[in-house]
Amino acid sequence: MQTRTLYDKLWDAHVVREDENGTALLYIDRHLIHEVTSPQAFEGLRLAHRNVWRINANIATADHNVPTTGLEQGITDPVAKIQVETLDTNCDEFGIQEFGMGDIRQGIVHVMGPEQGATLPGMTVVCGDSHTSTHGAFGALAHGIGTSEVEHVLATQCLIQRKSKNLLIDVSGPLSPGITAKDVVLAIIGEIGTAGGTGHAIEFAGEGIMSLSIEGRMTVCNMAIEAGARSGVIAVDEKTIDYFEGRPFAPKGEMWTQAVAAWKTLHSDAGAQFDRTVKIDGAKIKPQVTWGTSPEMVVTIDDKVPDPATENDSVKREGMIAALKYMGLAANTPITAIMLDKIFIGSCTNSRIEDLRAAAVVAKGKKVASNIKQALVVPGSGLIKAQAEAEGLDQIFIDAGFEWRSPGCSMCLAMNADRLEPGERCASTSNRNFEGRQGKGGRTHLVSPAMAAAAAIAGHFSHINKG
Amino acid sequence: MQAFSTFKGIVVPLDRANVDTDAIIPKQFLKSVKRSGFGPNLFDEWRYLDQGEPGIDNSKRPLNPDFVLNNPRYKGASILLARANFGCGSSREHAPWALEDFGFRVIIAPSFADIFFNNSFKNGLLPIVLDENIVDEYFSAENNAEINAETYELTVNLATQTITDPDGKVQHFEIDAFRKHCLLNGLDDIGLTLQHVQAIKSYEQKRKQQAPWLFT
Ligand code: SF4
Repeated sequence: MQTRTLYDKLWDAHVVREDENGTALLYIDRHLIHEVTSPQAFEGLRLAHRNVWRINANIATADHNVPTTGLEQGITDPVAKIQVETLDTNCDEFGIQEFGMGDIRQGIVHVMGPEQGATLPGMTVVCGDSHTSTHGAFGALAHGIGTSEVEHVLATQCLIQRKSKNLLIDVSGPLSPGITAKDVVLAIIGEIGTAGGTGHAIEFAGEGIMSLSIEGRMTVCNMAIEAGARSGVIAVDEKTIDYFEGRPFAPKGEMWTQAVAAWKTLHSDAGAQFDRTVKIDGAKIKPQVTWGTSPEMVVTIDDKVPDPATENDSVKREGMIAALKYMGLAANTPITAIMLDKIFIGSCTNSRIEDLRAAAVVAKGKKVASNIKQALVVPGSGLIKAQAEAEGLDQIFIDAGFEWRSPGCSMCLAMNADRLEPGERCASTSNRNFEGRQGKGGRTHLVSPAMAAAAAIAGHFSHINKG
Repeated sequence: MQAFSTFKGIVVPLDRANVDTDAIIPKQFLKSVKRSGFGPNLFDEWRYLDQGEPGIDNSKRPLNPDFVLNNPRYKGASILLARANFGCGSSREHAPWALEDFGFRVIIAPSFADIFFNNSFKNGLLPIVLDENIVDEYFSAENNAEINAETYELTVNLATQTITDPDGKVQHFEIDAFRKHCLLNGLDDIGLTLQHVQAIKSYEQKRKQQAPWLFT
């Protein structure tokens, strides 16, 4: 039999029909829904008098707009309130299960899905959100879709798709001590660029990837989209299977055994053909910090802000000049000399329990520096919040001067009250450092949770081991 | 969806790479539960000098004179000339909605981000991928036209897959046959898929046997 990549296998298992021109109808196993990209889709269904094809394939939660503090008062922003209420009404009307505000299972949609076992290996997973790539971490084919496609999936349980090309990113191991999944994925994006994966499904492989926990692998796949790929996948191994055992939506008993047997085939065959392969030396990866307004504008903690004068490509040079201007940075400034105003630990990239533990280790017994106006810790779900509190992590953060919040997207995209003011500079564990992403005029530097905590304590970027 | 035919339009040059969907339509406008009305907030942070919020009167806001869309030369423009990796970032379909609501029908760039590219077709917006050097030529031709105070319009013909410049020079472009067909006829994807109800049902039957845990 022909050898196939993991992506090939996932694709083949979900093709309902295919036209001669290569356009396929792809079956979707799990559809995740949140308040921002779904209202117009439900409205479209109603207008066309269409029903939801398979109701229990859908699960919803509110995350983008929810406040992370003062939950007793509900949502005070009237426009956001309407959107969250619209989700509640739509889910009620169509009979879709929703983890709404106040439910301990509520959280960022990409944290909630795997945590509940609602997204599983071998599934096709879509959501009206580009970071749906996260779910590829456990051998699922997962990608973001637009609102028209949300409506399409609701009505037909399928998507019209063309197959992507296969890109293998092979990260050798072992990684150096203290290097996290976030450093790995930022280093990858620094290497291939934000359009490096366009038109491809990326498979992340190699010891540098497989040595990561499932949470860490989610951090890597989460940012596949920042490398231009709609989906990133990682093979299933024992860690994957252990991760899902006993989760509420995971199969049980006989069905579990059957599922595990199927999941064990979810890896690329030996000798499978990739359209492109990129090799990265994992041992050389150092803690990463972005300096500009695109995730590919990244250097290591030991570096300096790059100098546009050394760039030969004129479009790139102009981009660097514009980025430096926006970021308020001078070329050749050492990264460790960059002073910060705010710290954000959260987002679907880095708000899981191991992220909070990693930050707490750094923060323990220390104080947030006096120049830091605000340092937020926002767990990814109600369950993670409860787990962190049971471990006493909340107290470590509060004692150090961090604010301990309730789950949501928060300052990752600043749709709620958590945001940067113009000119403010933030060390953030999120995934996008675009202009205005965390608030108009705000300046974002992407880092790992440990690096963000270290920056909070020092008031500027700092080596994790030096605190 | 609006069917797409031949048309002629003014070209706006947006000379920067990696224009992301946060820039195309900032997040505060995503709170809307509607599909229309995003045009006045297209490129909000570049276009206005103050902070835009939903519900405020955009006609009273201070414009950024340095932003290309505010140049009277481009009033009524419908073709956006852009750089590589246009539409990267968030999957928000509000980005093509805003571009379409503003009046754009075509975007020309050396490359597009996948999700944005896909979303555009669903909204009667045609993204055209051309070689970097051809895009460069259009940028300089537009720039020369501006220096000479001439208009710069391109004619896009989807049926023949061609772009014609003011000198009559014709440029061919590639497009997926299925997408072209849908766009030319203003076809609704959902309606097309529902022609295959039987195929979907038999897939489900088969799959339920192989992987019953997916259907609980
Ligand atoms: S945390 Fe940020 S990136 Fe993730 S889903 Fe929310 S807004 Fe999107």
